[in-house]
Amino acid sequence: MRAMKLPILENIEAGKHLTAPTGARRVKRFKVYRYDPDASKPPQLDSFDIDLTRCGPMVLDALIYIKNELDATLTFRRSCREGVCGSCAMNIDGSNTLACTKAIDDAEIDVSVYPLPHLPVIKDLVPDMTHFYAQYASIKPWLQADTPPPTRERLQTKEDRAQLDGLYECILCACCSTSCPSYWWSGDRYLGPAILLQAYRWIVDSRDENTGERLDALEDPYRLYRCHTIMNCTKACPKGLNPAKAIGEIKKLLLTRAL
Amino acid sequence: MAHRPLSPHLQIYRLPFAAILSITHRLTGVFLTLGSVLLVYWLVAIASGETAYLEAQALLGTWYGLLGLFFCSFALYFHLCNGVRHLFWDAGYGFELKTVDTSGHIVIILTVVLTVITWFIGILFSGGPA
Repeated sequence: MRAMKLPILENIEAGKHLTAPTGARRVKRFKVYRYDPDASKPPQLDSFDIDLTRCGPMVLDALIYIKNELDATLTFRRSCREGVCGSCAMNIDGSNTLACTKAIDDAEIDVSVYPLPHLPVIKDLVPDMTHFYAQYASIKPWLQADTPPPTRERLQTKEDRAQLDGLYECILCACCSTSCPSYWWSGDRYLGPAILLQAYRWIVDSRDENTGERLDALEDPYRLYRCHTIMNCTKACPKGLNPAKAIGEIKKLLLTRAL
Repeated sequence: MAHRPLSPHLQIYRLPFAAILSITHRLTGVFLTLGSVLLVYWLVAIASGETAYLEAQALLGTWYGLLGLFFCSFALYFHLCNGVRHLFWDAGYGFELKTVDTSGHIVIILTVVLTVITWFIGILFSGGPA
């Protein structure tokens, strides 16, 4: 048992406020978390009033509008703009989701935009994901088999393939992991929902022959068992997947293996 | 490398219903641990003889004693019902978001009903509120 750390709440100051130009027809306010590593001041919350008639329908469109028209220093990750790359994962109105699939019309009157929670911030909405990716690498996310490779692909039955549905769709955006209070407090050792769902994806793959070792690696009070079924992960997943269920399945496999 | 601030978490995250029940489960657990000290006190008072017992009864019969007991019963039933919910999860059932929502509401309703029944019976058999 190690010492419990109390949550650190960093101070955020009120930042600048850019009002919409006169004659704007549909104005909406976006409150955006800002942090500039080159300025020696704490993070700030800037407000941008946007004329929605000049902006696309998604929150990502609003951020791109701000960057193009109002403040070119606004920094965020984005790529596919259609929910398959996971780059624009962030906290919008208090929930983690992808900015590109979150419609502005579904957001609050004043939209709050923060980086993914409880991660070191590099700049503005860009958090440092190094640890998350290292944890992903730690579960060996590739097919492991000792039997000599066949002359063609390793085949699966349709039923075996169906086991991977709801798992292979994960885009590793980290919305789930950074929504999890257990991951906030114990993320240094707890793998978190995204990585555990990925681990389960290889555990149930009928072609993988290292199931035992994979389960051994997870049988740990921190790596797996910091999951307390809070369910924030499943609630947050922008792809509609169920990491909590995947973790539950791993726990069940470990239990049945021990019996 | 420069100091990197930690992005906001608890202060900005909008906790879903299931998460609120989860933290309530933890809090009621802590509260029940404190309540068990009260139970031990009461048992020790019984073992120590009539004066100590009557003293304990009088203390528990005060408005703050009864309030404490009320919260103990509420915490017990919540922790019990939600604990059963956790057993279902441990067995691999009830992970769909709709089911989680439904089971959460059932836990709350059961907690209230069981608490009310307990106090109704308690008041009935003690011949009215102290």
